[in-house]
Amino acid sequence: MNTLEITKDTPHSTLEEQAGTTKISGSQAVLEALLAEGVDTIFGYPGGAIMPIYDALYDYNDRLQHILVRHEQGGIHAGQGYARTSGRVGVVFATSGPGATNLVTGLADAMIDSNPIVCITGQVFAHLLGTDAFQETDVINITTPVTKWNYQVTDACEIPTALAKAFHIARTGRPGPVLIDITKNAQLQLFEYQGYAKCNHIRSYRPKPIVRRAYVEQAATLINGAKKPFVLFGQGIILGKAEAEFRAFIEKAGLPAAATVMGLSALETDHPLHVGMLGMHGNYAPNVLTNACDVLIAVGMRFDDRVTGRLDKYAKQAQVVHLDIDPAEIDKNVKAAVPVWGDCKETLPLLTELVEKREHTDWLAHFRKLEQEEIKEVITDELNPKSATLTMGEVVKLLNELTGGDAVIVTDVGQHQMVACRYAKFNQSKSNVTSGGLGTMGFGLPAAIGAWYGAPDRTVVAIIGDGGIQMTIQELGTIMQFGAKVKILILNNEFLGMVRQWQQLFHDRRYSFVNITSPDFVTVAKGYGIAGRSVSERQELKAALAEMIAHDGSYLLEVMVGKENNVFPMVPQGSSVAEIRLK
Amino acid sequence: MEKQEYTITLYTENTIGMIGRISTIFSRRKINIESLNTSPSEAEGIHRFTIVIHETEEVVRKLCRQIEKQVEVLKAYYNTNDEVIWQEQALYKVPTAVVTEKAPVERLLRQYGASAVVIRADYTVFETAGHREEIDALTDALAEYSLIEFVRSARIAIIKDSEGFHKKLKEFEEAEPAEEVVENRYLNKQDKVFTM
Repeated sequence: MNTLEITKDTPHSTLEEQAGTTKISGSQAVLEALLAEGVDTIFGYPGGAIMPIYDALYDYNDRLQHILVRHEQGGIHAGQGYARTSGRVGVVFATSGPGATNLVTGLADAMIDSNPIVCITGQVFAHLLGTDAFQETDVINITTPVTKWNYQVTDACEIPTALAKAFHIARTGRPGPVLIDITKNAQLQLFEYQGYAKCNHIRSYRPKPIVRRAYVEQAATLINGAKKPFVLFGQGIILGKAEAEFRAFIEKAGLPAAATVMGLSALETDHPLHVGMLGMHGNYAPNVLTNACDVLIAVGMRFDDRVTGRLDKYAKQAQVVHLDIDPAEIDKNVKAAVPVWGDCKETLPLLTELVEKREHTDWLAHFRKLEQEEIKEVITDELNPKSATLTMGEVVKLLNELTGGDAVIVTDVGQHQMVACRYAKFNQSKSNVTSGGLGTMGFGLPAAIGAWYGAPDRTVVAIIGDGGIQMTIQELGTIMQFGAKVKILILNNEFLGMVRQWQQLFHDRRYSFVNITSPDFVTVAKGYGIAGRSVSERQELKAALAEMIAHDGSYLLEVMVGKENNVFPMVPQGSSVAEIRLK
Repeated sequence: MEKQEYTITLYTENTIGMIGRISTIFSRRKINIESLNTSPSEAEGIHRFTIVIHETEEVVRKLCRQIEKQVEVLKAYYNTNDEVIWQEQALYKVPTAVVTEKAPVERLLRQYGASAVVIRADYTVFETAGHREEIDALTDALAEYSLIEFVRSARIAIIKDSEGFHKKLKEFEEAEPAEEVVENRYLNKQDKVFTM
């Protein structure tokens, strides 16, 4: 057989021409697979067991952009941020042992929030597996519960197929993280490269349930007969790229619609049928009226406990229509009268065709009336406070004014997250990047870096608390080195605010370890070569925010906000959504 | 809903680590696996898991949906005891002297249909197969007669109204699945679920 040794100078096209007669290393096969899958950016951190892949990467630097993060957790959160703003698969490299275990939080986060991620981890030589070798951990078993799929490669010949399956599984159906663990010998091994074939079918894997017309018809009948229909929408719309189909559906049938945290930005905030956010700190009207509607239509959402509150008092009066691509979600938490299994990109147009044109004017007015109550009781004070200290809400309001709602808003986890989700204005999809299901503090900064690489032409603002920023603050180094133009907005209340709020409300003000001190963030940023400023006065705020946005490059703005402000409304744990408290 | 015994039958790829992938789905929910058997199935290259748990129908149904989400699992079924033909096998090691000298022991073994597998001067190994209760009864009875060793296998079960997996496997191998692949309790029981 006519074989060709690949050298560092062999161009990519030659590899393709010679496919089938080419000997390449496992490491090169990994990078060829990434190119074939259209990958342009990798977030990673090298180490002993992944060195052959990094050696190969040296020659692919012109085609694959590698962002060296400061910690593997930062790497995978960046991959998630990238996936969320680009709609593409985020790719992450890490070495064996501690490198791989540092990915676990991000994998769990990506799993519960359905982010398409492919992680490639190095592993010790195959002959050392199970010997407690240096930097050996059983990564496959550690990550099994937090990945959609994982696989260990010990022979280079398996690499093209394993990666083709990895990308197929990560991005199809309900997306999720996939981890491929490659032993060092497989990375080094030369093998007959047969070229790369994308995977589009795995016999044991059904990414999409078949759409049953009967259900769509039943759903349409229910919706057409409803007097008080109400739509809940989740991230499924964004993942299914079905924003236009969703809008057409609710507009034709005149359906008020509320977002889950993960569904935010799938429908523009200003849409006349958008009635706010669901959940523990969501809006008053959608929570209260969940228990007043007659038909509840859930689209691409999974009835998380933070959305439903007490389940046995959740929408008991309503017939539930549930559209989801994952059959395991149907009936998991809330019983569906009609399950519409399938990709909402396909099911929504079928449904739209069958629903009758309606305008539920009186019912919608009900939402707007309750909204007025919330504005009066909560929102006015939050957005236009009379207090001496600043509120998180007024910061977000000014941000809306300055960005017009076109920015990508990345948040960390806690009070600032809920305030940002409540008040941020979104004009376009894929604009809200947050850790919804897992609630991972430390997510914000690295995810914002990834979000910027996923949408480099957009303004990316990372809203982060003083606690969360300190969990992954080392990623300022990544910004310094590679220049992601991330606007870092720290809302500093000198507390772990959400825990403090709970301690105040439910633990008799026993503030147990929620008082957290912070470094001088502006000086820290300066140390990383990042411009910054700290403000605590109302009259400086708008100019400071404007300066942050106008700055060409990354910028850190710390805003000192009221120390003991609470996020309201709130559905206390164990309460029904209708028992939402305004204060 | 009452808890009862369910037999879960899985058809899976025969890949390394499948037992671990399946078992974590149970242990994560703090559900005990009463018995677990893996073997080849009627379809070539497809593995068959038989799992017994004591749970409510709702829990078992949700578990099966989660199990089917595993990439290497083709299909998960669950059945009550009256929907399956099932057996467990047991081996007993008894001192040969006891068997020959004590008449009730021989009677017991005969009564339970146990047959000798190995007979040595010092001990005899009997085997029997049947339902859990029968095996347990024999074990209890033999305990009084110097039972040296006892082991019982996991349950194996055949689903009474199953046509086997050959046809289904063909459907799975096609890129576009046939209608029948999607089993649906709603369509089958439509009038009970959907009322307007």
